[in-house]
Amino acid sequence: MEYFRRTNSFFAAAFVLLLAVGLMAPNWFSYLTTISLAKALVVIGLVILLRAGLVSFGQGLYYCLGGYSVGIAGHYLQWTDGFLVLLIAMVVSGIVAAILGLLLCRYREIFFAMLTMAFSMILYGILVKSVGLGSTDGFNIHSVSFFGWEPGTDKLGLIVYFLACLAALIVAVLMHRYFHSPVGFAGEAIRENEIRVEYLGVSPNRIIFSKYILAAVLAGAGGGLTALASGHVDPEMAYWTTSGEFVFVALLSGTAHVAAVFIAAFLFEIIRTYAFDLAPYNWQMILGATLLLIIFFLPKGLWSIFTIRRAGGGVK
Amino acid sequence: MSVILKTKNLSKSFGAVTAAANINVEIHEREIVGVIGANGAGKTTFINMVTGYLKPSAGEIDFRNRNILGLSPRHITKIGISRSFQVPQLFSELTALENIVIAHRLMKANRLEVQAPLKTQSAVDAARGSLAEFGIADYAEAQVTALPQGTRKLLDIAMAMAGSPDLLLLDEPTSGVAMEEKFPLMDTVMEAVKRSRAACLFVEHDMEIVARYTDRVLAFYDGHIIADAPTEEALSNKEVREYVIGTELHREKEGKEERTYVESP
Ligand SMILES: Nc1ncnc2c1ncn2[C@@H]1O[C@H](COP(=O)(O)OP(=O)(O)OP(=O)(O)O)[C@@H](O)[C@H]1O
Ligand SMILES: [Mg+2]
Repeated sequence: MEYFRRTNSFFAAAFVLLLAVGLMAPNWFSYLTTISLAKALVVIGLVILLRAGLVSFGQGLYYCLGGYSVGIAGHYLQWTDGFLVLLIAMVVSGIVAAILGLLLCRYREIFFAMLTMAFSMILYGILVKSVGLGSTDGFNIHSVSFFGWEPGTDKLGLIVYFLACLAALIVAVLMHRYFHSPVGFAGEAIRENEIRVEYLGVSPNRIIFSKYILAAVLAGAGGGLTALASGHVDPEMAYWTTSGEFVFVALLSGTAHVAAVFIAAFLFEIIRTYAFDLAPYNWQMILGATLLLIIFFLPKGLWSIFTIRRAGGGVK
Repeated sequence: MSVILKTKNLSKSFGAVTAAANINVEIHEREIVGVIGANGAGKTTFINMVTGYLKPSAGEIDFRNRNILGLSPRHITKIGISRSFQVPQLFSELTALENIVIAHRLMKANRLEVQAPLKTQSAVDAARGSLAEFGIADYAEAQVTALPQGTRKLLDIAMAMAGSPDLLLLDEPTSGVAMEEKFPLMDTVMEAVKRSRAACLFVEHDMEIVARYTDRVLAFYDGHIIADAPTEEALSNKEVREYVIGTELHREKEGKEERTYVESP
Protein backbone atom coordinates (compact mmCIF):
# COMPACT_ATOMS: atom_id res chain seq x y z
CA MET A 1 0.00 0.00 0.00
CA GLU A 2 1.08 3.54 -0.86
CA TYR A 3 1.05 4.60 2.79
CA PHE A 4 3.95 2.33 3.75
CA ARG A 5 5.87 2.29 0.49
CA ARG A 6 8.82 4.43 1.50
CA THR A 7 9.47 2.59 4.72
CA ASN A 8 9.04 -0.79 3.06
CA SER A 9 11.59 0.06 0.39
CA PHE A 10 13.95 1.14 3.13
CA PHE A 11 13.45 -2.18 4.94
CA ALA A 12 13.97 -4.10 1.70
CA ALA A 13 17.21 -2.20 0.98
CA ALA A 14 18.47 -2.83 4.50
CA PHE A 15 17.65 -6.52 4.09
CA VAL A 16 19.62 -6.83 0.88
CA LEU A 17 22.51 -4.94 2.43
CA LEU A 18 22.50 -7.28 5.44
CA LEU A 19 22.56 -10.34 3.18
CA ALA A 20 25.53 -8.92 1.28
CA VAL A 21 27.35 -8.04 4.49
CA GLY A 22 26.74 -11.58 5.78
CA LEU A 23 28.49 -13.08 2.77
CA MET A 24 31.57 -10.92 3.25
CA ALA A 25 31.85 -10.26 6.97
CA PRO A 26 33.93 -12.39 9.36
CA ASN A 27 32.10 -14.97 11.46
CA TRP A 28 32.27 -13.03 14.70
CA PHE A 29 30.58 -10.10 13.03
CA SER A 30 27.70 -12.04 11.52
CA TYR A 31 27.24 -13.84 14.84
CA LEU A 32 27.05 -10.53 16.67
CA THR A 33 24.60 -9.23 14.10
CA THR A 34 22.44 -12.36 14.37
CA ILE A 35 22.24 -11.95 18.12
CA SER A 36 21.40 -8.27 17.84
CA LEU A 37 18.66 -8.98 15.28
CA ALA A 38 17.23 -11.64 17.58
CA LYS A 39 17.29 -9.30 20.55
CA ALA A 40 15.77 -6.54 18.46
CA LEU A 41 12.71 -8.75 17.96
CA VAL A 42 12.34 -8.98 21.74
CA VAL A 43 12.79 -5.24 22.13
CA ILE A 44 10.16 -4.46 19.48
CA GLY A 45 7.72 -6.35 21.69
CA LEU A 46 8.85 -4.26 24.62
CA VAL A 47 8.42 -1.09 22.57
CA ILE A 48 4.84 -2.13 21.75
CA LEU A 49 4.16 -2.27 25.48
CA LEU A 50 6.07 0.96 26.14
CA ARG A 51 3.94 2.76 23.60
CA ALA A 52 0.93 1.68 25.64
CA GLY A 53 2.62 3.06 28.76
CA LEU A 54 3.75 -0.28 30.21
CA VAL A 55 7.26 -1.41 31.07
CA SER A 56 7.90 -5.12 31.26
CA PHE A 57 10.92 -6.12 33.29
CA GLY A 58 10.27 -9.72 32.42
CA GLN A 59 10.56 -10.20 28.68
CA GLY A 60 13.38 -12.60 29.55
CA LEU A 61 10.61 -15.02 30.44
CA TYR A 62 9.58 -15.39 26.80
CA TYR A 63 13.09 -15.03 25.46
CA CYS A 64 14.01 -18.00 27.60
CA LEU A 65 10.84 -19.95 26.80
CA GLY A 66 11.54 -19.44 23.11
CA GLY A 67 15.12 -20.63 23.53
CA TYR A 68 14.16 -23.67 25.59
CA SER A 69 11.33 -24.56 23.21
CA VAL A 70 13.83 -24.74 20.37
CA GLY A 71 16.26 -26.65 22.57
CA ILE A 72 13.73 -29.14 23.88
CA ALA A 73 12.20 -29.69 20.46
CA GLY A 74 15.61 -30.53 18.97
CA HIS A 75 17.23 -32.26 21.89
CA TYR A 76 14.37 -34.30 23.27
CA LEU A 77 11.87 -34.61 20.43
CA GLN A 78 14.29 -34.66 17.49
CA TRP A 79 12.34 -31.89 15.77
CA THR A 80 15.14 -29.99 14.18
CA ASP A 81 13.65 -27.98 11.33
CA GLY A 82 14.65 -24.35 11.90
CA PHE A 83 11.33 -22.92 10.76
CA LEU A 84 9.30 -25.45 12.71
CA VAL A 85 11.15 -24.92 15.99
CA LEU A 86 10.89 -21.14 15.66
CA LEU A 87 7.17 -21.53 15.15
CA ILE A 88 6.98 -23.72 18.25
CA ALA A 89 8.94 -21.11 20.21
CA MET A 90 6.42 -18.44 19.23
CA VAL A 91 3.37 -20.60 19.94
CA VAL A 92 4.64 -21.68 23.36
CA SER A 93 5.40 -18.07 24.30
CA GLY A 94 2.03 -16.94 23.04
CA ILE A 95 0.16 -19.57 25.03
CA VAL A 96 1.99 -18.80 28.26
CA ALA A 97 1.41 -15.08 27.67
CA ALA A 98 -2.29 -15.69 27.09
CA ILE A 99 -2.51 -17.30 30.51
CA LEU A 100 -0.38 -14.79 32.44
CA GLY A 101 -1.87 -11.93 30.43
CA LEU A 102 -5.30 -12.58 31.92
CA LEU A 103 -3.88 -11.42 35.23
CA LEU A 104 -1.31 -8.90 34.01
CA CYS A 105 -3.62 -6.89 31.76
CA ARG A 106 -5.31 -5.50 34.85
CA TYR A 107 -2.11 -4.00 36.24
CA ARG A 108 -0.29 -0.83 35.33
CA GLU A 109 2.92 1.00 36.08
CA ILE A 110 5.23 -0.42 38.72
CA PHE A 111 2.82 -3.25 39.56
CA PHE A 112 2.89 -4.48 35.98
CA ALA A 113 6.68 -4.16 35.84
CA MET A 114 7.19 -6.05 39.10
CA LEU A 115 4.76 -8.84 38.22
CA THR A 116 6.37 -9.42 34.84
CA MET A 117 9.74 -9.60 36.55
CA ALA A 118 8.38 -11.98 39.17
CA PHE A 119 7.09 -14.39 36.53
CA SER A 120 10.40 -14.44 34.70
CA MET A 121 12.22 -15.13 37.96
CA ILE A 122 9.86 -18.02 38.65
CA LEU A 123 10.86 -19.60 35.33
CA TYR A 124 14.50 -18.96 36.18
CA GLY A 125 13.99 -20.70 39.52
CA ILE A 126 12.29 -23.69 37.91
CA LEU A 127 15.00 -24.11 35.27
CA VAL A 128 17.81 -23.86 37.81
CA LYS A 129 16.16 -26.71 39.73
CA SER A 130 15.54 -28.83 36.62
CA VAL A 131 18.39 -31.32 36.53
CA GLY A 132 16.95 -32.93 33.39
CA LEU A 133 17.42 -29.64 31.56
CA GLY A 134 20.97 -29.12 32.79
CA SER A 135 20.17 -26.83 35.77
CA THR A 136 22.27 -23.67 35.71
CA ASP A 137 24.40 -24.96 32.82
CA GLY A 138 21.50 -25.41 30.45
CA PHE A 139 22.18 -27.65 27.47
CA ASN A 140 23.40 -27.57 23.88
CA ILE A 141 21.42 -27.81 20.69
CA HIS A 142 23.19 -30.21 18.35
CA SER A 143 21.38 -30.30 15.06
CA VAL A 144 19.39 -27.86 13.02
CA SER A 145 17.92 -28.63 9.61
CA PHE A 146 15.99 -26.77 6.95
CA PHE A 147 13.41 -28.79 5.01
CA GLY A 148 15.44 -31.94 5.57
CA TRP A 149 18.79 -30.39 4.72
CA GLU A 150 21.27 -30.29 7.58
CA PRO A 151 23.93 -27.60 7.07
CA GLY A 152 27.35 -28.48 8.50
CA THR A 153 28.68 -26.52 11.49
CA ASP A 154 30.78 -24.38 9.15
CA LYS A 155 27.69 -23.16 7.27
CA LEU A 156 25.14 -23.16 10.06
CA GLY A 157 26.16 -19.74 11.39
CA LEU A 158 25.56 -18.09 8.06
CA ILE A 159 22.25 -19.88 7.48
CA VAL A 160 20.95 -18.78 10.88
CA TYR A 161 22.16 -15.28 10.07
CA PHE A 162 20.04 -15.32 6.90
CA LEU A 163 17.14 -16.69 8.87
CA ALA A 164 17.50 -13.85 11.39
CA CYS A 165 17.58 -11.30 8.56
CA LEU A 166 14.41 -12.77 7.09
CA ALA A 167 12.66 -12.79 10.46
CA ALA A 168 13.77 -9.21 11.04
CA LEU A 169 12.42 -8.12 7.66
CA ILE A 170 9.05 -9.73 8.24
CA VAL A 171 8.75 -8.35 11.76
CA ALA A 172 9.88 -4.87 10.71
CA VAL A 173 7.33 -4.66 7.90
CA LEU A 174 4.44 -6.04 9.95
CA MET A 175 5.21 -4.09 13.10
CA HIS A 176 5.72 -0.81 11.30
CA ARG A 177 2.22 -1.27 9.91
CA TYR A 178 1.01 -2.25 13.36
CA PHE A 179 2.39 0.95 14.92
CA HIS A 180 0.35 2.99 12.46
CA SER A 181 -2.82 0.91 12.73
CA PRO A 182 -5.87 1.63 14.89
CA VAL A 183 -4.70 -0.93 17.46
CA GLY A 184 -1.23 0.66 17.44
CA PHE A 185 -2.71 4.06 18.17
CA ALA A 186 -5.07 2.54 20.70
CA GLY A 187 -1.93 1.76 22.71
CA GLU A 188 -0.91 5.39 22.78
CA ALA A 189 -4.46 6.36 23.60
CA ILE A 190 -4.38 4.00 26.58
CA ARG A 191 -1.10 5.48 27.75
CA GLU A 192 -2.60 8.97 27.56
CA ASN A 193 -6.09 8.44 28.90
CA GLU A 194 -7.75 5.13 29.68
CA ILE A 195 -11.02 6.71 30.73
CA ARG A 196 -11.46 8.21 27.30
CA VAL A 197 -10.60 4.93 25.60
CA GLU A 198 -13.24 3.16 27.66
CA TYR A 199 -15.74 5.87 26.69
CA LEU A 200 -14.86 5.31 23.04
CA GLY A 201 -16.27 1.83 23.39
CA VAL A 202 -12.98 -0.05 23.66
CA SER A 203 -11.63 -2.09 26.55
CA PRO A 204 -8.11 -0.97 27.51
CA ASN A 205 -7.47 -4.26 29.27
CA ARG A 206 -8.28 -6.26 26.17
CA ILE A 207 -5.98 -4.16 24.02
CA ILE A 208 -3.20 -4.54 26.57
CA PHE A 209 -3.86 -8.29 26.72
CA SER A 210 -3.38 -8.57 22.95
CA LYS A 211 -0.25 -6.44 23.03
CA TYR A 212 1.22 -8.50 25.82
CA ILE A 213 0.73 -11.68 23.80
CA LEU A 214 2.21 -10.10 20.69
CA ALA A 215 5.25 -8.93 22.67
CA ALA A 216 5.68 -12.45 24.05
CA VAL A 217 5.48 -14.05 20.61
CA LEU A 218 8.19 -11.68 19.37
CA ALA A 219 10.33 -12.39 22.42
CA GLY A 220 9.84 -16.12 21.84
CA ALA A 221 11.02 -15.74 18.26
CA GLY A 222 14.04 -13.74 19.47
CA GLY A 223 14.89 -16.39 22.05
CA GLY A 224 14.48 -19.16 19.50
CA LEU A 225 16.80 -17.43 17.04
CA THR A 226 19.35 -16.83 19.77
CA ALA A 227 19.26 -20.51 20.66
CA LEU A 228 19.76 -21.53 17.03
CA ALA A 229 22.64 -19.09 16.64
CA SER A 230 24.47 -19.91 19.84
CA GLY A 231 23.60 -23.61 19.93
CA HIS A 232 23.04 -23.31 23.63
CA VAL A 233 20.36 -22.34 26.14
CA ASP A 234 20.63 -21.72 29.88
CA PRO A 235 18.44 -20.21 32.62
CA GLU A 236 20.34 -16.92 32.41
CA MET A 237 18.01 -16.08 29.51
CA ALA A 238 15.18 -15.63 32.02
CA TYR A 239 17.27 -13.83 34.62
CA TRP A 240 16.23 -10.29 35.42
CA THR A 241 19.46 -8.81 34.10
CA THR A 242 18.61 -10.19 30.65
CA SER A 243 15.21 -8.49 30.83
CA GLY A 244 16.97 -5.35 32.02
CA GLU A 245 19.15 -5.44 28.93
CA PHE A 246 16.04 -5.40 26.76
CA VAL A 247 14.73 -2.39 28.64
CA PHE A 248 18.11 -0.74 28.17
CA VAL A 249 17.99 -1.26 24.41
CA ALA A 250 14.40 0.01 24.32
CA LEU A 251 15.46 3.22 26.09
CA LEU A 252 18.33 3.56 23.68
CA SER A 253 16.07 3.17 20.66
CA GLY A 254 13.02 5.05 21.86
CA THR A 255 9.54 4.13 20.72
CA ALA A 256 9.34 6.25 17.59
CA HIS A 257 10.23 3.75 14.89
CA VAL A 258 10.80 0.05 14.37
CA ALA A 259 14.07 0.71 12.55
CA ALA A 260 15.50 2.50 15.60
CA VAL A 261 15.20 -0.73 17.59
CA PHE A 262 17.43 -2.63 15.17
CA ILE A 263 20.02 0.13 15.23
CA ALA A 264 19.93 0.32 19.01
CA ALA A 265 20.21 -3.45 19.44
CA PHE A 266 23.20 -3.54 17.14
CA LEU A 267 24.88 -0.61 18.89
CA PHE A 268 24.24 -2.23 22.21
CA GLU A 269 26.02 -5.44 21.19
CA ILE A 270 28.94 -3.46 19.77
CA ILE A 271 29.26 -1.23 22.82
CA ARG A 272 29.08 -4.21 25.11
CA THR A 273 31.68 -6.16 23.17
CA TYR A 274 34.12 -3.27 23.14
CA ALA A 275 33.36 -2.22 26.67
CA PHE A 276 34.14 -5.75 27.76
CA ASP A 277 37.45 -5.70 25.90
CA LEU A 278 38.37 -2.28 27.24
CA ALA A 279 37.33 -2.82 30.82
CA PRO A 280 36.71 -6.47 31.65
CA TYR A 281 35.92 -5.66 35.31
CA ASN A 282 33.77 -2.59 35.00
CA TRP A 283 32.32 -2.67 31.50
CA GLN A 284 28.89 -2.06 33.02
CA MET A 285 30.08 1.43 33.86
CA ILE A 286 30.55 2.15 30.17
CA LEU A 287 27.03 0.91 29.46
CA GLY A 288 25.68 3.00 32.32
CA ALA A 289 27.44 6.10 31.04
CA THR A 290 26.00 5.48 27.55
CA LEU A 291 22.52 5.24 29.00
CA LEU A 292 23.01 8.48 30.93
CA LEU A 293 24.15 10.27 27.79
CA ILE A 294 21.12 9.01 25.90
CA ILE A 295 18.72 10.07 28.65
CA PHE A 296 20.25 13.54 28.79
CA PHE A 297 20.71 14.24 25.11
CA LEU A 298 18.16 12.05 23.36
CA PRO A 299 15.37 11.44 25.86
CA LYS A 300 13.16 10.08 23.11
CA GLY A 301 15.82 7.69 21.89
CA LEU A 302 18.01 7.32 18.86
CA TRP A 303 15.30 7.99 16.32
CA SER A 304 15.04 11.59 17.49
CA ILE A 305 18.37 12.24 15.73
CA PHE A 306 16.49 11.87 12.45
CA THR A 307 13.34 13.70 13.45
CA ILE A 308 15.26 16.63 15.00
CA ARG A 309 17.22 17.07 11.81
CA ARG A 310 14.10 16.89 9.71
CA ALA A 311 12.34 19.46 11.89
CA GLY A 312 15.43 21.70 11.67
CA GLY A 313 15.38 21.44 7.89
CA GLY A 314 11.89 22.84 7.84
CA VAL A 315 10.47 19.86 5.97
CA LYS A 316 7.25 18.49 7.32
CA MET B 1 -41.82 12.04 21.17
CA SER B 2 -40.78 8.75 22.66
CA VAL B 3 -38.77 8.28 25.81
CA ILE B 4 -35.22 7.05 25.26
CA LEU B 5 -33.78 7.23 28.76
CA LYS B 6 -35.67 6.43 31.91
CA THR B 7 -34.29 6.17 35.42
CA LYS B 8 -36.28 4.74 38.29
CA ASN B 9 -35.49 5.55 41.90
CA LEU B 10 -31.82 5.90 41.10
CA SER B 11 -29.79 6.36 44.27
CA LYS B 12 -26.15 6.58 45.18
CA SER B 13 -24.40 7.15 48.45
CA PHE B 14 -20.73 7.48 49.24
CA GLY B 15 -20.57 6.47 52.89
CA ALA B 16 -22.59 9.12 54.69
CA VAL B 17 -22.88 11.37 51.62
CA THR B 18 -26.02 10.96 49.54
CA ALA B 19 -25.06 11.95 46.01
CA ALA B 20 -28.33 10.78 44.44
CA ALA B 21 -31.66 9.94 46.03
CA ASN B 22 -34.66 8.58 44.15
CA ILE B 23 -33.84 10.15 40.83
CA ASN B 24 -36.73 9.57 38.41
CA VAL B 25 -36.02 11.11 35.04
CA GLU B 26 -37.29 10.61 31.52
CA ILE B 27 -35.47 11.98 28.50
CA HIS B 28 -37.20 12.05 25.13
CA GLU B 29 -35.78 11.78 21.66
CA ARG B 30 -34.11 14.98 20.41
CA GLU B 31 -34.88 16.83 23.60
CA ILE B 32 -32.48 19.44 25.05
CA VAL B 33 -32.45 19.32 28.83
CA GLY B 34 -30.48 21.52 31.20
CA VAL B 35 -29.26 20.26 34.56
CA ILE B 36 -28.66 22.81 37.27
CA GLY B 37 -27.62 22.56 40.88
CA ALA B 38 -24.98 23.85 43.28
CA ASN B 39 -21.56 22.25 43.68
CA GLY B 40 -21.91 18.76 45.07
CA ALA B 41 -25.61 18.49 44.20
CA GLY B 42 -25.02 15.21 42.35
CA LYS B 43 -25.06 16.27 38.70
CA THR B 44 -21.85 14.53 37.67
CA THR B 45 -22.81 11.52 39.77
CA PHE B 46 -25.99 11.23 37.73
CA ILE B 47 -24.01 11.22 34.45
CA ASN B 48 -21.51 8.76 35.90
CA MET B 49 -24.31 6.37 36.81
CA VAL B 50 -26.11 6.61 33.48
CA THR B 51 -22.89 5.91 31.59
CA GLY B 52 -21.91 2.99 33.80
CA TYR B 53 -18.88 4.61 35.40
CA LEU B 54 -20.48 4.41 38.84
CA LYS B 55 -22.72 1.61 40.02
CA PRO B 56 -25.91 2.97 41.57
CA SER B 57 -26.67 1.87 45.14
CA ALA B 58 -30.27 1.27 44.05
CA GLY B 59 -32.65 1.90 41.18
CA GLU B 60 -32.93 1.14 37.50
CA ILE B 61 -31.80 2.68 34.23
CA ASP B 62 -33.53 1.89 30.94
CA PHE B 63 -32.30 3.05 27.57
CA ARG B 64 -34.68 2.42 24.67
CA ASN B 65 -36.63 0.02 26.87
CA ARG B 66 -33.55 -1.98 27.65
CA ASN B 67 -32.21 -2.29 31.17
CA ILE B 68 -28.63 -1.01 31.03
CA LEU B 69 -27.86 -1.21 34.71
CA GLY B 70 -24.49 -2.83 35.32
CA LEU B 71 -23.16 -2.35 31.79
CA SER B 72 -19.66 -0.89 31.49
CA PRO B 73 -19.06 2.56 30.00
CA ARG B 74 -17.80 0.96 26.79
CA HIS B 75 -20.98 -1.06 26.34
CA ILE B 76 -23.11 1.95 27.04
CA THR B 77 -21.09 3.98 24.56
CA LYS B 78 -21.65 1.28 21.95
CA ILE B 79 -25.42 1.33 22.39
CA GLY B 80 -25.63 5.08 21.85
CA ILE B 81 -25.00 7.12 24.98
CA SER B 82 -21.96 9.38 24.93
CA ARG B 83 -20.67 11.98 27.33
CA SER B 84 -18.23 14.81 27.65
CA PHE B 85 -16.33 15.66 30.79
CA GLN B 86 -16.14 18.51 33.25
CA VAL B 87 -12.36 18.26 32.86
CA PRO B 88 -11.75 17.36 29.18
CA GLN B 89 -10.46 13.80 28.81
CA LEU B 90 -8.10 13.91 25.85
CA PHE B 91 -4.95 12.23 24.56
CA SER B 92 -2.70 15.09 25.50
CA GLU B 93 0.51 14.14 23.69
CA LEU B 94 -1.31 13.70 20.39
CA THR B 95 -2.64 16.35 18.06
CA ALA B 96 -6.26 17.49 17.93
CA LEU B 97 -6.64 15.75 14.58
CA GLU B 98 -5.22 12.50 15.91
CA ASN B 99 -7.60 12.67 18.87
CA ILE B 100 -10.57 12.87 16.54
CA VAL B 101 -9.31 10.24 14.11
CA ILE B 102 -8.81 7.85 17.01
CA ALA B 103 -12.26 8.66 18.35
CA HIS B 104 -13.88 7.99 14.98
CA ARG B 105 -12.01 4.77 14.35
CA LEU B 106 -12.43 3.32 17.84
CA MET B 107 -16.10 4.20 18.04
CA LYS B 108 -17.03 2.84 14.66
CA ALA B 109 -15.05 -0.38 14.54
CA ASN B 110 -16.35 -3.69 15.72
CA ARG B 111 -12.87 -5.12 15.43
CA LEU B 112 -9.85 -2.86 15.40
CA GLU B 113 -7.47 -3.40 12.53
CA VAL B 114 -3.83 -4.27 13.14
CA GLN B 115 -2.28 -3.77 9.72
CA ALA B 116 -4.24 -1.08 7.88
CA PRO B 117 -3.24 2.49 8.69
CA LEU B 118 -5.27 4.54 11.16
CA LYS B 119 -4.86 7.74 9.21
CA THR B 120 -6.37 6.78 5.89
CA GLN B 121 -7.28 9.68 3.67
CA SER B 122 -10.99 9.16 4.32
CA ALA B 123 -10.51 8.96 8.10
CA VAL B 124 -8.44 12.14 8.10
CA ASP B 125 -10.96 13.94 5.91
CA ALA B 126 -13.82 12.91 8.17
CA ALA B 127 -11.87 14.09 11.20
CA ARG B 128 -11.09 17.43 9.62
CA GLY B 129 -14.75 17.78 8.81
CA SER B 130 -15.64 17.18 12.41
CA LEU B 131 -13.04 19.71 13.63
CA ALA B 132 -14.47 22.21 11.16
CA GLU B 133 -17.99 21.56 12.40
CA PHE B 134 -16.81 22.57 15.87
CA GLY B 135 -14.88 25.56 14.55
CA ILE B 136 -11.48 24.28 15.64
CA ALA B 137 -10.02 23.19 12.30
CA ASP B 138 -7.15 25.67 12.72
CA TYR B 139 -5.89 23.64 15.65
CA ALA B 140 -5.82 20.32 13.77
CA GLU B 141 -2.05 19.90 13.93
CA ALA B 142 -1.60 21.37 17.41
CA GLN B 143 -0.79 19.08 20.29
CA VAL B 144 -3.54 18.99 22.90
CA THR B 145 -1.27 20.46 25.60
CA ALA B 146 -1.04 23.63 23.48
CA LEU B 147 -4.79 24.10 23.05
CA PRO B 148 -6.75 26.84 24.84
CA GLN B 149 -9.37 25.66 27.33
CA GLY B 150 -12.35 26.43 25.10
CA THR B 151 -10.83 24.41 22.25
CA ARG B 152 -10.22 21.50 24.59
CA LYS B 153 -13.83 21.58 25.69
CA LEU B 154 -14.98 21.53 22.07
CA LEU B 155 -12.57 18.73 21.19
CA ASP B 156 -13.86 16.72 24.12
CA ILE B 157 -17.43 17.17 22.90
CA ALA B 158 -16.47 16.44 19.28
CA MET B 159 -14.94 13.16 20.45
CA ALA B 160 -18.09 12.29 22.37
CA MET B 161 -20.11 12.88 19.21
CA ALA B 162 -17.80 10.82 17.00
CA GLY B 163 -20.01 7.76 17.32
CA SER B 164 -23.23 9.63 16.43
CA PRO B 165 -24.89 8.93 19.79
CA ASP B 166 -28.64 9.05 20.38
CA LEU B 167 -28.13 10.61 23.77
CA LEU B 168 -25.39 13.06 24.61
CA LEU B 169 -24.57 13.97 28.20
CA LEU B 170 -22.42 17.08 28.52
CA ASP B 171 -20.89 17.80 31.90
CA GLU B 172 -20.41 21.56 32.21
CA PRO B 173 -19.48 22.30 28.58
CA THR B 174 -18.68 25.93 29.43
CA SER B 175 -16.76 25.51 32.68
CA GLY B 176 -13.35 27.14 32.63
CA VAL B 177 -14.28 29.06 29.49
CA ALA B 178 -14.10 32.88 29.52
CA MET B 179 -17.46 34.62 29.95
CA GLU B 180 -17.51 36.13 26.47
CA GLU B 181 -16.72 32.78 24.82
CA LYS B 182 -19.54 30.86 26.45
CA PHE B 183 -22.32 31.78 24.06
CA PRO B 184 -20.33 31.24 20.86
CA LEU B 185 -19.19 27.88 22.25
CA MET B 186 -22.73 26.82 23.09
CA ASP B 187 -23.96 28.00 19.67
CA THR B 188 -21.40 25.74 18.02
CA VAL B 189 -22.21 22.78 20.24
CA MET B 190 -25.97 23.14 19.94
CA GLU B 191 -25.84 23.41 16.17
CA ALA B 192 -23.85 20.20 16.02
CA VAL B 193 -26.30 18.53 18.39
CA LYS B 194 -29.30 19.63 16.31
CA ARG B 195 -27.66 18.34 13.14
CA SER B 196 -26.90 15.00 14.74
CA ARG B 197 -30.51 14.70 15.95
CA ALA B 198 -29.28 13.44 19.32
CA ALA B 199 -31.06 14.16 22.57
CA CYS B 200 -28.82 16.26 24.79
CA LEU B 201 -28.63 16.76 28.49
CA PHE B 202 -26.13 19.29 29.71
CA VAL B 203 -25.01 20.46 33.11
CA GLU B 204 -24.65 24.22 33.43
CA HIS B 205 -24.11 26.78 36.16
CA ASP B 206 -24.92 29.83 34.04
CA MET B 207 -28.68 30.46 34.07
CA GLU B 208 -28.59 32.65 30.97
CA ILE B 209 -27.18 29.75 29.01
CA VAL B 210 -29.73 27.38 30.47
CA ALA B 211 -32.51 29.78 29.55
CA ARG B 212 -31.23 30.26 26.03
CA TYR B 213 -30.62 26.66 24.98
CA THR B 214 -32.91 24.31 26.88
CA ASP B 215 -36.51 23.18 26.58
CA ARG B 216 -36.61 21.68 30.00
CA VAL B 217 -34.64 21.87 33.24
CA LEU B 218 -33.79 19.39 35.96
CA ALA B 219 -32.77 21.06 39.20
CA PHE B 220 -30.66 19.03 41.61
CA TYR B 221 -30.30 19.83 45.26
CA ASP B 222 -28.40 17.61 47.65
CA GLY B 223 -28.91 14.49 45.54
CA HIS B 224 -32.61 15.14 45.00
CA ILE B 225 -34.46 16.51 42.01
CA ILE B 226 -36.35 19.54 43.29
CA ALA B 227 -37.76 20.60 39.94
CA ASP B 228 -38.35 18.98 36.56
CA ALA B 229 -40.25 21.34 34.32
CA PRO B 230 -40.14 23.45 31.16
CA THR B 231 -37.26 25.89 31.46
CA GLU B 232 -39.15 29.06 32.27
CA GLU B 233 -41.28 27.37 34.85
CA ALA B 234 -38.33 25.64 36.48
CA LEU B 235 -36.23 28.79 36.67
CA SER B 236 -39.02 30.69 38.38
CA ASN B 237 -39.77 27.90 40.84
CA LYS B 238 -39.44 29.13 44.41
CA GLU B 239 -37.25 26.30 45.68
CA VAL B 240 -35.04 26.51 42.63
CA ARG B 241 -34.57 30.22 43.14
CA GLU B 242 -33.69 29.69 46.76
CA TYR B 243 -31.50 26.58 46.63
CA VAL B 244 -29.94 26.75 43.19
CA ILE B 245 -30.00 30.16 41.60
CA GLY B 246 -29.27 31.94 44.88
CA THR B 247 -26.17 29.88 45.48
CA GLU B 248 -25.08 30.31 41.87
CA LEU B 249 -25.11 34.09 42.22
CA HIS B 250 -23.15 33.73 45.42
CA ARG B 251 -20.75 31.42 43.63
CA GLU B 252 -20.15 33.85 40.79
CA LYS B 253 -19.43 36.64 43.22
CA GLU B 254 -16.80 34.56 44.96
CA GLY B 255 -15.25 33.72 41.61
CA LYS B 256 -15.61 29.99 42.14
CA GLU B 257 -16.27 29.66 38.45
CA GLU B 258 -12.65 29.25 37.57
CA ARG B 259 -11.98 26.20 39.65
CA THR B 260 -9.22 24.25 38.04
CA TYR B 261 -8.92 21.25 40.31
CA VAL B 262 -8.86 17.89 38.64
CA GLU B 263 -11.41 15.36 39.71
CA SER B 264 -12.64 12.04 38.52
CA PRO B 265 -15.02 12.53 35.59
N1 LIG C 1 -16.07 9.02 43.96
C1 LIG C 1 -16.60 9.67 44.99
N2 LIG C 1 -16.33 9.30 46.27
C2 LIG C 1 -16.88 9.93 47.32
N3 LIG C 1 -17.73 10.96 47.21
C3 LIG C 1 -18.05 11.39 45.98
C4 LIG C 1 -17.49 10.78 44.81
N4 LIG C 1 -18.00 11.40 43.71
C5 LIG C 1 -18.81 12.37 44.19
N5 LIG C 1 -18.85 12.36 45.54
C6 LIG C 1 -19.65 13.24 46.39
O1 LIG C 1 -20.97 13.18 45.91
C7 LIG C 1 -21.57 14.47 45.93
C8 LIG C 1 -22.03 14.82 44.55
O2 LIG C 1 -20.90 15.02 43.71
P1 LIG C 1 -21.00 15.40 42.17
O3 LIG C 1 -19.62 15.35 41.63
O4 LIG C 1 -22.01 14.56 41.52
O5 LIG C 1 -21.49 16.90 42.24
P2 LIG C 1 -21.79 17.92 41.07
O6 LIG C 1 -23.22 18.27 41.16
O7 LIG C 1 -21.29 17.41 39.78
O8 LIG C 1 -20.93 19.17 41.53
P3 LIG C 1 -20.02 20.21 40.70
O9 LIG C 1 -20.92 21.31 40.28
O10 LIG C 1 -19.02 20.67 41.69
O11 LIG C 1 -19.41 19.47 39.57
C9 LIG C 1 -20.51 15.42 46.47
O12 LIG C 1 -20.75 15.59 47.86
C10 LIG C 1 -19.23 14.69 46.25
O13 LIG C 1 -18.28 15.06 47.22
MG1 LIG D 1 -19.85 17.91 38.46
